[in-house]
Amino acid sequence: MKPKIAFYWCASCGGCEEAVVDLGEVILDIVEKVDIVFWPVAMDFKKEDVEALQDGEILASFINGAIRFSEHVEMVELLRRKSQLVFAFGACACFGGIPGLANACSTDELLKYVYEEAPTVENPDGVRPTPGYEVNGVKLGIPEFLERCKPLDEVIDVDYYIPGCPPSVNVIVDALNALLEGKLPPKGSVIASQKSVCHECKLNATKPEKILLKSFKRVWEAEPEPDKCLLAQGFLCLGPVTRGGCGALCVKGNMPCTGCFGPLDGVMDYGAKALSYIASIIDSADEEEIEKILEKIPDPLGLFYKYSLPKSLLDGIRK
Amino acid sequence: MSADNSADFEPKIVGIFCNWCAYMAANLAGTARMLYPPNLRVIRVMCSGRIDPQFVFYAFKNGADGVLLAGCHHGDCHYIEGNVKCLRRYKLMKKILPQFGIEPERLRLEWISASEADKLRKVVGEFVEELKKLGPLGFRGVELGVVEAEKQVRI
Repeated sequence: MKPKIAFYWCASCGGCEEAVVDLGEVILDIVEKVDIVFWPVAMDFKKEDVEALQDGEILASFINGAIRFSEHVEMVELLRRKSQLVFAFGACACFGGIPGLANACSTDELLKYVYEEAPTVENPDGVRPTPGYEVNGVKLGIPEFLERCKPLDEVIDVDYYIPGCPPSVNVIVDALNALLEGKLPPKGSVIASQKSVCHECKLNATKPEKILLKSFKRVWEAEPEPDKCLLAQGFLCLGPVTRGGCGALCVKGNMPCTGCFGPLDGVMDYGAKALSYIASIIDSADEEEIEKILEKIPDPLGLFYKYSLPKSLLDGIRK
Repeated sequence: MSADNSADFEPKIVGIFCNWCAYMAANLAGTARMLYPPNLRVIRVMCSGRIDPQFVFYAFKNGADGVLLAGCHHGDCHYIEGNVKCLRRYKLMKKILPQFGIEPERLRLEWISASEADKLRKVVGEFVEELKKLGPLGFRGVELGVVEAEKQVRI
């Protein structure tokens, strides 16, 4: 009997599902070796079908997206019970991702903006979603909005991590091959490179030995010169502190790395490391000048924690 | 933020001090039997340039109400410019802390030479007063069981 595989999405944009489809013909080889028993975006299986399986009957579940609603918690707990292995798939499942940036605001601020203050919203009565409602004696419900956006491993035990926004085809193939050939690394491993993005970047050869910058450039301010390290040109590229595996895709497209593969092994807080490295390449010892240079980083939280705010040490400190 | 502003609040301060200057100053203050508030817990690093922002965030996460960084005066760094790197990181940390809902005043950087035991005493006293006004930091994350970073940490 072929091993069973499941895919599920929580708070995600669908990009991770696209990444699976992007496997192209490789997916045909994989489908020959496995049975996909659950994949809401592409196949017509229901929750009941998963419930009908034995515990541990699924070999591996690939879960993408952050945990934002009570429904996500319910579904991932179910999949955890039915699966031998769980892979956190993509930056949102691994670190919270873009939806995790919502943690920079309180729940009330979020709901107030989305349901009342956003310029395209008209809601004079200030109606907000309520989890339960009764119509003619019938109780209707919608999933509850959690207090924080969470990465997958805050809710269930996760065996492996496949980072990226979305994970690139080569890391997905590596993970699937390792799974099917029984060559998985130790539990808790991140399936991607063990080295930083710079190691894979074609511009690495042009990176000077020492970089010191008097000013930073934001991407919309200047056109990057081709064939020259973006960091050396003053663009805030997070390649040096970000795990490789993507083949420096963004840099190939003339965009600096924004850190979607997350931290390298041994790092506790990705943003703190990124902050540390960016600050240390400022070419000034004068307080006022440093402050002036830092004006080019108007939103450090958005820059350094773009994908990992829910995993940061300080997330949740705001009352 | 300040759930409890009562007069008997004693702030916890984590000090991260350079081995060559501020730590020596603390040592001197001790041998000279100078009195300063006991709210400070000192961690020694070889240079203020070694202060990783992770250390600062970790201290706040684990119950510090304030963090005091101290290194050598400009030009005096044992490793030439470690203190300048500390200054740059400090400036950027000051900018990001409010985005996490932490008052930037809770992080302080001072240049204290090995002979300036009296300056250390004064700085700690001032900082304690300031933190008393701000009240406890109160890390909601602890109650929520947020990030169990310890599980996977190797700094």
